[in-house]
Amino acid sequence: MEKTINITLKVWRQNGPKEKGRFETYKLDKVSIDSSFLEMLDMVNEQLINEYKEPVAFDHDCREGICGMCSLYINGRPHGPDDDVTTCQLHMRKFKDGQTITIEPWRSAAFPVIKDLIVDRRAFDKIIAAGGYVSVNTGGVPDANSIAIPKVDADEAMDSASCIGCGACVAACKNGSAMLFVSAKVSHLAMLPQGRVEGARRAKAMVAKMDELGFGNCTNTGACEVECPKNISLSNIARLNREFLSAKFQD
Amino acid sequence: MSNLLTASIGRKLLMSVSGLFLILFLFVHLTLNSFLLLDKVLGFKEVGQMFNAGVHFMGTNPLIKVIEPMLALGFLIHIIYSVILTVQNMKARGPQSYASGNKTSDVEFASQNMLVLGIVIFSFLAVHIMNFYMRMKGFITWEAGEVEFPFFGSMAKGENAYALVHETFKVLPIVLLYIVGSVALAFHLSHGFWSSFQTIGWNNSKWMPRLKCLSNILAIILGGGFSVIALAQYLFF
Ligand code: HEM
Ligand code: SF4
Ligand code: FES
Repeated sequence: MEKTINITLKVWRQNGPKEKGRFETYKLDKVSIDSSFLEMLDMVNEQLINEYKEPVAFDHDCREGICGMCSLYINGRPHGPDDDVTTCQLHMRKFKDGQTITIEPWRSAAFPVIKDLIVDRRAFDKIIAAGGYVSVNTGGVPDANSIAIPKVDADEAMDSASCIGCGACVAACKNGSAMLFVSAKVSHLAMLPQGRVEGARRAKAMVAKMDELGFGNCTNTGACEVECPKNISLSNIARLNREFLSAKFQD
Repeated sequence: MSNLLTASIGRKLLMSVSGLFLILFLFVHLTLNSFLLLDKVLGFKEVGQMFNAGVHFMGTNPLIKVIEPMLALGFLIHIIYSVILTVQNMKARGPQSYASGNKTSDVEFASQNMLVLGIVIFSFLAVHIMNFYMRMKGFITWEAGEVEFPFFGSMAKGENAYALVHETFKVLPIVLLYIVGSVALAFHLSHGFWSSFQTIGWNNSKWMPRLKCLSNILAIILGGGFSVIALAQYLFF
């Protein structure tokens, strides 16, 4: 037989960006431990709708850990108690029968709450728009193997590129710093020849945008690295520091 | 180079370089302090001669005259920027804290509390400067008299700094304060040392673990060294 648990939820509810928020408590019975965390929230919303109450607003899209939309701070940790997974990949088997689960939005001045558990993460888009790309001319597609890239570099660039922009790093950081995100974006392009060309301009533009948007200064606590669902390494931050400083010293 | 210091990473570079400079100073300082214990071991005729010679050397050396203001500037930069950065970080974090707390594992205690540790170090520093520096530099009068000690092969005359240190370390609360200051310093450096290399941009997955290990060794040598010297003075001299 399928195993189920009964849980109590303490969920942050907030009607709009300017409104005062509060916690509301919901009881939910017979949750299959095989269901995902977001499926459990779907059950909560179904229950609320049946009671003619407003459902809880939360972000999600792919529900398979690749889009970076889901974003919940669950029982003291971004993306919940499991390691290296997004909220959508979190299973209810990680919780105990009778447990109280507290669900909050990301807390950071640069990520204001839009509604309930949804925060505005457009700050990340603005940082990407400031320089997180390569400029290429249109034309014939060159053969992928025409530029030789050492395997080590290719692998490391791929690791950095796996950042999905979820913002858990900012949510976990006591300084509200976006350095892990920015460093992953700067790194994956800086390590490949096609991205190297614009390396200096990119590092300066993205860091300037990050500062302008009010993210904090990194003190290398490493909380971001622990909570990142994609295991983005702190060494990216050192690389960003070097990229930025050498770009500045060249000016 | 333009507007480097308006950027977060530029400000952090200042923290890092000033911090490393302060560490260098601490090693010189610890070496001199070790004379407090060493002259007994190395067989100077009178206890305190080696330390007095060291103090005389520091007091008369022109190089030290140049470095002293640099050191003050280093402290000033480090402290001013630590406050600026921390205030910015608190703002960036926002006023709302998490009701369910922070359960992220494996985060160094020191890394989360650098300002608090810095303030403990600073309070200690204030007392320390009142105790010794002001007296040795003659800002506060103190009666210890002149003594003779061997100095590079001949004898030299100078103030009896040893007597001052010795008297100070007879007071248990002061010794305890020194230990608290040193322990805070040890924690500050156990994170600060490797963090400063990370800030400068030395990224290397091979060297980072080594630097972290070195941070702990450094923290034990400096924090332990200063505490042991104060305690040994209290107990054995
Ligand atoms: C002899 C005394 C001191 C030494 C050797 C020292 C050394 C260091 C080092 C090496 C760092 C790392 C910099 C980095 O991560 O890039 C650091 C960071 C820091 N220090 Fe100090 N420090 C001292 C005193 C102080 C004092 C008196 C304060 C404050 C009142 C202070 C506050 C801080 C803060 C807040 C940080 C973290 C800043 C950041 O990483 O952004 N320190 N210190
Ligand atoms: S670095 Fe990790 S935690 Fe931060 S946005 Fe990217 S995937 Fe999310
Ligand atoms: S919903 Fe896409 S990563 Fe979670």
